[in-house]
Amino acid sequence: MILKGRVHKYGANVDTDVIIPARYLNVSEPAELARHCLEDLDPKFTSKVKPGDIIVAETNFGCGSSREHAPLAIKSAGVSCVIAKSFARIFFRNAINIGLPLLESEEAVDSTQDGDILEVDLSRGRIVNITRGLEFTSRPYPQFMSELIAAGGLIEYTRKRLAERRS
Amino acid sequence: MMTLAEKILAAHAGKKEVSAGEFINCKVDLVLSNDITAPIAIREFRKLGVKVFDPDKIVMVPDHFAPNKDINSAEQTRLMREFAREQGIIHFEVGQMGIEHVLLPEKGLVLPGDVVIGADSHTCTYGALGAFSTGMGSTDIAVAMATGDIWMKVPPTLKFIFHGKAGKWVGGKDLILYTIGQIGVDGALYAAMEFAGEAISALSMSGRFTMANMAIEAGGKAGLFYVDEKTLEYIKPRARRPYKIYEPDPDAVYARIYEWDASEIEPQVAFPHLPSNVKPVSQARNVQIDQSVIGSCTNGRLEDLQVAAAILKGRKVNPHVRCIIIPGTQQVYLEALKEGLIEIFIEAGAVVSTPTCGPCLGGHMGVLAAGERAISTTNRNFIGRMGSPKSEVYLSNPAIAAASAVAGWIVSPDDLK
Repeated sequence: MILKGRVHKYGANVDTDVIIPARYLNVSEPAELARHCLEDLDPKFTSKVKPGDIIVAETNFGCGSSREHAPLAIKSAGVSCVIAKSFARIFFRNAINIGLPLLESEEAVDSTQDGDILEVDLSRGRIVNITRGLEFTSRPYPQFMSELIAAGGLIEYTRKRLAERRS
Repeated sequence: MMTLAEKILAAHAGKKEVSAGEFINCKVDLVLSNDITAPIAIREFRKLGVKVFDPDKIVMVPDHFAPNKDINSAEQTRLMREFAREQGIIHFEVGQMGIEHVLLPEKGLVLPGDVVIGADSHTCTYGALGAFSTGMGSTDIAVAMATGDIWMKVPPTLKFIFHGKAGKWVGGKDLILYTIGQIGVDGALYAAMEFAGEAISALSMSGRFTMANMAIEAGGKAGLFYVDEKTLEYIKPRARRPYKIYEPDPDAVYARIYEWDASEIEPQVAFPHLPSNVKPVSQARNVQIDQSVIGSCTNGRLEDLQVAAAILKGRKVNPHVRCIIIPGTQQVYLEALKEGLIEIFIEAGAVVSTPTCGPCLGGHMGVLAAGERAISTTNRNFIGRMGSPKSEVYLSNPAIAAASAVAGWIVSPDDLK
């Protein structure tokens, strides 16, 4: 799958409290969560984000709470993928489980500025910075994670496992 | 040659040996969620079209926005309550409920050697009991509720050895804040943290829960302690099923070993907006506060309230400060009442709340306005954590938070008259 969009670039340790503040966690509908995505870090984000846009950030993106509302808010806001130098563990699992693609590449993060246009080939882990004419390769997923993604996420993967157990 | 984390995971994966980086499928002894994370877990669980794998191993606790703070929160706890009744799982209603990570060990639901997963990042708290416990999201929890197992990547283990004796006013909170200050908020990313040494053996169970609780603030997957006499003394009156004690092998392989002298560590204060932004309290001067919160899954146990009461006894909370004290469970509340601690708090001008996560995550019971500052015994001081994105949270132990409530700015109890 090829994704293409404008970059919204942030720093290190973007935590789940700024991705979706707890004051909005009394609901779990993705569209409602998206309305407040990144509100405490970048109040203009929800008005400037367009479908397909890409978040690029430094290290430890998504640290803090286990709230799955965080990747749900990002995905529902229209963001096609997140590229960072590293991801917090729980956020990483949550994003893969709900189908928000994540890519790790230090070089791509260092060479990308806010507003650049990126094209991402998910199956090959290729990141092209169209604005600057640069190309990068993201760290490959472990084989198990690739199987999980190929199955369509954890719920679909589990459905197949449960069916196998029954037969 | 396995670490404590590897030993527990290997046993639950039905393997003789596992090593860091390996993907395993792991049986779980307990699956937890709360009023914020359960609604999504239930939604995802429904897609699987099955019943829960074992109703006695699934727990739901309405603690974050309960007692219900608004109509939406009431809908979330209702969804959870109805699901719990339908599936026959363990559910603690308001009146029995407490802050999940104080409550579950108190009820004997988590025992040494267990693998526990919870849709709450502070599920790592139970590592204090020599269990492998870790936070995950709602979808992972949904799957575990259906199957009784979960995939995991075996984490590398970092070992932290605290030599010497911890000084006056220095507790588990200070040792863990110091650790996070040294290694950073991603210093243990994806790793298990194993705590050892003289100062750790000397720590009470309460102090160990506090330390394990904040493993996640260093990015850790789990924070583990060895089972000793103190663990057994805590466990024995509570356990209603068999459990197994695991120990690391003498030749276990650690990704890194850190050694520090606890006697050189002062009480720590984490400045906004990261738990790693710590300073010794002696360097935290001229920070005026509007609120002091004593409670949470980090520091809401009886011992924490005893420390706070010893400082507040015969003193008054500064008239410019709101001091909010939240016992972690009904049992903690009741014991504090019997010991006369609640009277001390009220006499001092503090408010005492029913158990709830409440202000820790800016939910209710003490949300901050723009420009306001709180000292808090909770675990996170991210932007907007306790309310307005323009407010500030400073993290400390209960002694510092109580003394600061009296002074009106951040101080050590030794600075009070």
